Amino acid sequence: MPAEIISEQVRRTVQRMLLAVQEYSLFCWEAVRSFWRQPHYWADTLIQSDLIGVGSVPIVVLTGFFTGGVLALQSAASLAQFGAQAYTGRFVSLSMFRELAPVLTGLMVSGRNASGMASELGSMVVTEQIDAMRALGTDPIKKLVAPRVFATVIALFLLTIVADTLGTAGGATVAVFLSHQNGNQYFNSAYQALVPADMIQGLTKPLFFGFIISTVGCFFGMKTTGGTQGVGRATTQAVVVSSVMIIFTDFLLSRVMLWLFPPV
Amino acid sequence: MDTMSQPVPESPPAEPAVDPVVFEHVSMAFNGPPVLEDVSFRLGPHETRILLGPAGVGKSVLLKLANGLLRPDSGRIFLFGEEITRMSEEKLLALRIRTGMVFQEGALFDSLTIRDNVGYQLIEQHLPDEVIDKRVRRALRFVELEHTFDMLPSSLSGGMRRRVAIARAIIAKPELLLYDSPTGGLDPVTSHTINELIVKERDVYHTPAILVTHRLQDAFTMATNVFSEATNQMEPLPTGQTHADTTFLVLREGKLVFDGSIRELIHSPDPFLQSFLA
Ligand SMILES: Nc1ncnc2c1ncn2[C@@H]1O[C@H](COP(=O)(O)OP(=O)(O)OP(=O)(O)O)[C@@H](O)[C@H]1O
Ligand SMILES: [Mg+2]
Repeated sequence: MPAEIISEQVRRTVQRMLLAVQEYSLFCWEAVRSFWRQPHYWADTLIQSDLIGVGSVPIVVLTGFFTGGVLALQSAASLAQFGAQAYTGRFVSLSMFRELAPVLTGLMVSGRNASGMASELGSMVVTEQIDAMRALGTDPIKKLVAPRVFATVIALFLLTIVADTLGTAGGATVAVFLSHQNGNQYFNSAYQALVPADMIQGLTKPLFFGFIISTVGCFFGMKTTGGTQGVGRATTQAVVVSSVMIIFTDFLLSRVMLWLFPPV
Repeated sequence: MDTMSQPVPESPPAEPAVDPVVFEHVSMAFNGPPVLEDVSFRLGPHETRILLGPAGVGKSVLLKLANGLLRPDSGRIFLFGEEITRMSEEKLLALRIRTGMVFQEGALFDSLTIRDNVGYQLIEQHLPDEVIDKRVRRALRFVELEHTFDMLPSSLSGGMRRRVAIARAIIAKPELLLYDSPTGGLDPVTSHTINELIVKERDVYHTPAILVTHRLQDAFTMATNVFSEATNQMEPLPTGQTHADTTFLVLREGKLVFDGSIRELIHSPDPFLQSFLA
């Protein structure tokens, strides 16, 4: 019976997904737990911070600047209709701080580093380097995963601030040079718009996103099977899953923030 | 001898000798038919056991079970007298530090130099750089690859990588060695060099070992040669003699079908063993 076959298929898929979620949660728990246990690999953490943080600065600068710019471009016209052009700065900075800087930075870093982690760890799995590490008495979670998680969380936090700043600057550039607005007015409205609730929201999100990027990247890398092809598959899955999770978590966090800090 | 200045605890000969590896009724399956079924054997102190069997029979799996890289479905495994079957990974890591393993494909860390690969365990112990350098050079000299010190694994040949893997496994003076097909896919000359290294490790340091090999020739070489420190070479034992502590295990379709000396192996009437030896 086709209906039965389909329901069986659905059951299996759901089962497999639940199993993966359970595995992932355990993996995250192990990663977090390893922060509190010796030994700590600070040198590896530093290398990863450089790779993830410093390495991502150019793309984050470009993304931030042009996103701010396009926000100013799009909003200027519609705000002008209501004679509200003076609010361009406010619109740009609010959008950047609350949503776009964390999410876009997260997606950029996910594309760059979740894939990198998955392919690096995946190659190590298929060439038995992870087993070799365990055979030499090193816990790969401590040596490979924990430094990446720590570095990504810190790096994403800082990169988001970079994106916030560059976004506001990009908006200013467009407002002043293309829409011929007053620069002072722009920055004033941008600055005044930001209340602590927005800051908290904007700076909490990257902490979650950084955790998602690194744990998903490492998780798919560590459970790679099936040779080189498996590494490719793990890489793609890591980027897809971490991107979707970032956007979904963004929604949840925004909801929670609205509930914690109701708009006055 | 000045015995007073020596701290007493860590003097191995004083302890009653435990068998480094014991398998008791071990079974193991991945998603499918069992790979190993009811495997029992023990590796005595100072013993070398050579594990033979057709490709895909589960030799690598058995080796990974021995140091807890894999966990059996049933049965019990003891490493240095401690049951590791359900031991936490954290405790296992501490036990594994006392073992050395040579993987089938070498499994060198491809982003680290040969120095950092070989010295991995010493770096983990935060020894001073000069000490690490010195000991790495000594280990590399043991495998005759001192000139590769600063190279990356990718610029080495297969046989060289295998020898570096041996250097990495022996540098911290392990109490147990696990060799997975150290001569697999190598030419006879390189194989001979590697066999000699393994025999040297066996006869000079008396490290107990389990060695997987496809090449019957290598297995016989191990059993009929001894390392002479005088000439720094492997030398054949007088005809008819075999190395007493080198014995054989044969796996067939997941079962251990042979456990004994080379003489028993050669004279076994079992048709499978005969065809395997042929
Ligand atoms: N991680 C794994 N997942 C699933 N199956 C595995 C895994 N490792 C080994 N196997 C299966 O176990 C069986 C034994 O594999 P193993 O690598 O131990 O063989 P082997 O005796 O070492 O072979 P070879 O002589 O070719 O090295 C094979 O059928 C293999 O498919
Ligand atoms: Mg094998």
